[in-house]
Amino acid sequence: MQHKIDVEQLGPQGEIMAHAIEACVHCGFCLPACPTYQVLGEEMDSPRGRIFLMKEVLEGNLQMEEAQPYLDKCLGCQGCVTACPSGVPYGELISTYRGWSEPQRHRSPFQKLFRIGLQETLPYPARFRAAARLGRLGKLVQPLLPPMLKAPLELLPEALPQSEPLPEIIPALGERRARVAFLAGCAQQVLQPGFNRATLRVLAQNGVEVVIPKGQSCCGALALHTGERGRALQFARTNLKAFAGDYDAILTNAAGCGSGLKEYPVLFHGEPEQAQAAQLAARVKDVSVFLLELGLKEVPPLKRPLKVAYHDACHLAHAQGVRAEPRQLLRSIPGVELVEIPEGELCCGSAGTYNLEQPAIAATLGERKARHILASGAEVVVTGNIGCFTQIQTHLKKLGRELLVLHTLELLERAYAQAALQEGPS
Amino acid sequence: MNPALTELERLFPPGRLLHKPGELVPYESDALTAFRARPLAVVLPESHAEVQAAVRWCAKHQIPYVARGSGTSLSGGSLPIDGGLLIGLNRMNRLLRLDPVERIAVVQPGFINLQVSNAAAPYGLYYAPDPSSQPVSTIGGNLAFNSGGAHCLKYGMTSNHVLAAKVVLPDGETVELGSESLENTGPDWLGLFAGSEGLLGIATEITLRLLPKPETYHTVLAAYDSLAKAGEAVAAVVASGLLPGAMEIMDSLAIEAAEAAVKAGYPLEARALLIVELEGETPQVEAEARYLEEVIQKSGAYEVRVARSNEERLKIWKGRKAAFSAVGRLSPDYIVQDGVVPRSRLGQALQAIEELSARYSLRVANVFHAGDGNLHPLILYNGRLEGELHRAEELAGEILKLCVALGGSITGEHGVGMEKKAYMTEMFREADLAAMQRIRLALDPQELANRGKMFPGETPAQSFHGAHPLEKAGVISRE
Ligand SMILES: Cc1cc2nc3c(=O)[nH]c(=O)nc-3n(C[C@H](O)[C@H](O)[C@H](O)COP(=O)(O)OP(=O)(O)OC[C@H]3O[C@@H](n4cnc5c(N)ncnc54)[C@H](O)[C@@H]3O)c2cc1C
Ligand code: SF4
Ligand code: SF4
Repeated sequence: MQHKIDVEQLGPQGEIMAHAIEACVHCGFCLPACPTYQVLGEEMDSPRGRIFLMKEVLEGNLQMEEAQPYLDKCLGCQGCVTACPSGVPYGELISTYRGWSEPQRHRSPFQKLFRIGLQETLPYPARFRAAARLGRLGKLVQPLLPPMLKAPLELLPEALPQSEPLPEIIPALGERRARVAFLAGCAQQVLQPGFNRATLRVLAQNGVEVVIPKGQSCCGALALHTGERGRALQFARTNLKAFAGDYDAILTNAAGCGSGLKEYPVLFHGEPEQAQAAQLAARVKDVSVFLLELGLKEVPPLKRPLKVAYHDACHLAHAQGVRAEPRQLLRSIPGVELVEIPEGELCCGSAGTYNLEQPAIAATLGERKARHILASGAEVVVTGNIGCFTQIQTHLKKLGRELLVLHTLELLERAYAQAALQEGPS
Repeated sequence: MNPALTELERLFPPGRLLHKPGELVPYESDALTAFRARPLAVVLPESHAEVQAAVRWCAKHQIPYVARGSGTSLSGGSLPIDGGLLIGLNRMNRLLRLDPVERIAVVQPGFINLQVSNAAAPYGLYYAPDPSSQPVSTIGGNLAFNSGGAHCLKYGMTSNHVLAAKVVLPDGETVELGSESLENTGPDWLGLFAGSEGLLGIATEITLRLLPKPETYHTVLAAYDSLAKAGEAVAAVVASGLLPGAMEIMDSLAIEAAEAAVKAGYPLEARALLIVELEGETPQVEAEARYLEEVIQKSGAYEVRVARSNEERLKIWKGRKAAFSAVGRLSPDYIVQDGVVPRSRLGQALQAIEELSARYSLRVANVFHAGDGNLHPLILYNGRLEGELHRAEELAGEILKLCVALGGSITGEHGVGMEKKAYMTEMFREADLAAMQRIRLALDPQELANRGKMFPGETPAQSFHGAHPLEKAGVISRE
């Protein structure tokens, strides 16, 4: 699409945005893939419409505030990226645009406080743990709260698991086949320490030595996707240092963190660390991809056949193109029958802090996903992202159907450990 | 707010009447972004009655309107009218009835083409017309443009698969055209409506014919070292007496783009690819396949591949269907041209297009429904380079003239819309156009429905730029 964006004035970030807008040919192939267009049915809330809106704002033809409500509703799920034949890097466009617009934006004091609250707690496990404890108290007064505060509370578990400090090195069991660095994630450590536990065990069992470099921080995705570019850069710089060592790969077990690290080259575009960021990004792998490439050690058969639905986390499937690998891993567990979730490519509505900021749309999508999961006939749902995990669990529960929800690596771990799967949620 | 809009506001609840700049901008273009216009407002009706109410409002206030499905028109068909109303039908997207015994589906106009086949699949049925935009485009838009697709070679265009339609005429009256049976009484009024590009009214309920899914497909991909050879191969297949379900050609630029988009596994070094698909009962397809192989061998293909599984077949088609949009990877802007030549002159036409491309020094990608001689040259240009758009438009025009000169037509399936109305006079005599205009005026004396499209010349829309008469009179305002 033609545009008159003053790229020179906008600098390196402007280049990223202009490039994406240029590539869009306004063909509409992204419409069916966009959850907000599916739910809201209007052009402003479609990828094509949003690209048009951003272009107009960047050209100076439209007030930023006019476009904002529709850009805020974007989940950043990148379903549109998968669907787009023209190769529009929409994910790069929206996060760069948010970084550009946020500092100029007017927000109410309450909104500001809420956002700072999120940004100052979620990325820090200790703070998040404290806040989550408080939040559980908040559950008592939940019915009295405005929706913006209610939403986060709904997603908190009934009880917080024990915190599990992670060692710095987890040696391989048996012969060492690889040595990797591991990003431990933030909210995940507090809400579901079992994800990391399972991941580390399976890696060790497969002969992988894992280093959890000290001094690592949140990947910065949360900040980047909500327009806090400065904050994102700070986190990213910390990680550039922490992960500088010589590893076979840098692993994550959270889709959002993996794609967050892979976005560093865009984040650092035009910054001195650009090359370093590209090097790091090239070594980042989701744990499922890594295990498959390494060759998974034989998994003993399950005690009974199990129908498993794999839920594609957007930040694995759309942002990183990882779809086949987790499925293949699951298929290598004898006894697993993999079923597909209808409309599987559509976001579940979790999308980072989206379900906190746009609770209504997030809930619609969450329920839609839960219904589709039930329709698939699965007994267990497996996914590779903490956000999806929480969202799916919450909405299945709301429908009164508490299926077992697990991280991909948890199912693998249980299969290795011959754990009885029928026992219910851990 | 002006009084007319206030009245409209009473008809449409908030959220379904859009008029703020941020709400209107995304509706300013269809898939042909060279044209833009800002409507006065957009309404999103959810029922027949609401469409009728919107149209009546337009008639009362003499405000022109445009219907819009998914806005994938490539000719500016769903381009809004400056100061007019845009009626977005995408929320009317329900399947009203599916009768597997009668093999019909009744849908609202915003129902998506591909969804018809998805809904019919459990009964072993499908909806045959398959424009490349089928995952996105609506049945309403398909009917208005009489859209075609790869498989229309064997099965015909949209008009051959629509049995009936409920239509809101430009004066707000409702009529029912056609019937569920294929035998009709009197003239084919529905046939007149098909392809009328939104000028004769808005379809709000459409009855479609479903077909049993072919038992077997046999999909062949043949690679050539020249475009003309591939074109001649098409003529040879037709001359052999075979009637494939589809015959498509892509040239090297289109191959490059499609491959980058969907990794279809196309041979990248080929100058042209021919896709031929046979379909039907297994024994018949098997017999035809042997015969086809002979014809293709003789046509000088240097590599021939046959899809071994359904996945392979779908991959081949995915590449073909993504090709238009994928060309966006090669160039920031392009014009998709759509013209028809007799099949026997395909080779000649392609040769001439190649020469034109060189003369204008603009790249032209070709991807088209070869089986029915429907060319889709994509003219690549960079709108930011002074004069390139103009040159591209000229080249596009030359191609159309070429089509007419070779005995073809100025549009195969993308419609006339805004883009091609100037070429209508190449195709039709004055008397033909006058007769068409009389029919249109009989239904729409105020020329409200999609004003300024399809008919050549200085239509009211042109003089309409700027203030609306009501605006000048101070009755309405856009502030
Ligand atoms: C990448 C790409 C590939 C394409 N491939 C093909 C192809 O292979 N074959 C083909 O034929 N076309 C193709 N097209 C063009 C386009 O998709 C078709 O013309 C399609 O039918 C338009 O459908 P739509 O829902 O987007 O309609 P819109 O673009 O919204 O509208 C098209 C026209 O129909 C009118 N209209 C819409 N709904 C109604 C209604 N309910 N009643 C009356 N009038 C109505 C509009 O006013 C407008 O004039 C392609 C387009 C793109 C972008
Ligand atoms: S599919 Fe890609 S090119 Fe087409 S409108 Fe969407 S973003 Fe633009
Ligand atoms: S990122 Fe997701 S929500 Fe946002 S425009 Fe793309 S598909 Fe829609």
